[in-house]
Amino acid sequence: MRQVMDGDDVQRAISRIAHEILERHHGADGVVLVGIHTRGVPLARAIADAIERFEHVRVPVGELDIGLYRDDLRRRPTPALARTLIPVDLTEERVILVDDVLYTGRTVRAALDAVSDLGRPQAIELAVLVDRGHRQLPIRPDYVGKNLPTSTAERVTVRLHEVDGDCGVWIDDEETR
Amino acid sequence: MKNLLTTEDLGRETLERLLDLSDEFVEVLDREIPKVPPLRGLTVATLFFEPSTRTRISFERAAKALSADVMSFSPGTSSLKKGESLKDTALTLRAMGADIMVVRHRAVGAPWRVAEWVDVPVVNGGDGAHQHPTQALLDALTIRRHFGKLDGLEIGIVGDIRHSRVARSDVYAFSTLGAKVTLIAPRTLLPRDLDGWPCTATGDLDDVIERLDVIYLLRVQTERGGATAFPSWPEYVSRFGLSRERFARLADGAVVMHPGPMNRGVEIAPEVADSDRALVLDQVRLGVAARMAVLFTLATGRGLTREVTA
Repeated sequence: MRQVMDGDDVQRAISRIAHEILERHHGADGVVLVGIHTRGVPLARAIADAIERFEHVRVPVGELDIGLYRDDLRRRPTPALARTLIPVDLTEERVILVDDVLYTGRTVRAALDAVSDLGRPQAIELAVLVDRGHRQLPIRPDYVGKNLPTSTAERVTVRLHEVDGDCGVWIDDEETR
Repeated sequence: MKNLLTTEDLGRETLERLLDLSDEFVEVLDREIPKVPPLRGLTVATLFFEPSTRTRISFERAAKALSADVMSFSPGTSSLKKGESLKDTALTLRAMGADIMVVRHRAVGAPWRVAEWVDVPVVNGGDGAHQHPTQALLDALTIRRHFGKLDGLEIGIVGDIRHSRVARSDVYAFSTLGAKVTLIAPRTLLPRDLDGWPCTATGDLDDVIERLDVIYLLRVQTERGGATAFPSWPEYVSRFGLSRERFARLADGAVVMHPGPMNRGVEIAPEVADSDRALVLDQVRLGVAARMAVLFTLATGRGLTREVTA
């Protein structure tokens, strides 16, 4: 397993994404961060923490589980569902979806449907820690921590303190596992 | 999980997984748009050979909240010849495209037979005095959401146990989840043989009422001959009814449950039924979420894999 980001790298990427969000939106007004379970949730909180350090405002952070919106529900074992918790009305807000790895885009497609059932935001954007390519849908991220060219045989592992106890991004060849 | 027919063979892990899913569906039902798409394109058929309003409506509501389509079959008042008609009905609805079947029948074991005949998941919606697993699930959900867990709780089930599929289903589910269950009824309304039931039994409600965390009341099933089991209604009410006086003796924090329909003034005093410690309407509300969890579990995973990948 090859490490491509350590804890400091992840923190720097989070800080930069926070800056980019503030820059693009001219502040944090009307911005709602929505983390996609599992690791999108602590990432969204970390981005909110960074925004708070820079601008002294706390943007709302929601949690989204996309299990009920997957397009492969009948092809795989029944998923466990996590809590969907959106603390504010999303209508007319600028929602930024947050996830750890962007790959095929199917998770984001499901998340877009899920958010649409919860309200009608003014806009939806996407922030990811790692974009590893290989999209199967017309979806692109607005904020990227790191572009990581991979082959489909490789596996990208993101570990975050809140979930895994340590922090970093690793890449490995699935066949060697 | 291929079918949901009984709580007797449900392990703790499976039960808890269903309850965890139910909790998430409670949240879905609280949304402004209480509908999610996972069963889009699937059809849930309800085959109710016994009259029922709440259970059928609850299943249909659950199916629709998951975006499934619903087909309902009820035999009306015609005299069905059980075996053959049941089989033909099941095969007919399957041929019309039912992807999941919910079966209620007065004959014990009918849902198992249907499960042999059709190649889709079957849910037991109540078979005779035998099993009603989704009721047990919604009861366990109601208790878990109120107390946080079932472990160590003392649950008393009072009334016509002998004719009750609810009691039988509840006993297994509650005890698997760690509760201590006591059946409370006249000897004539207890099952003839309690061998293998994971619970104890007593004929004296007053002896145990103070230590109960949950008192679960059952209707006397006169249609199944329950009322012939004791000398008179006044005597039954005085010994087993949850009167205001008995209600006052319940421990602080204890709650009252009932699967409905309630006979006010018999097993439950009207004031007790309306008290805020009666969770009856919570049970009804949570029943939709519990049934969503069951339908979702059967429709995903391995239940319908064959049809989709074929």
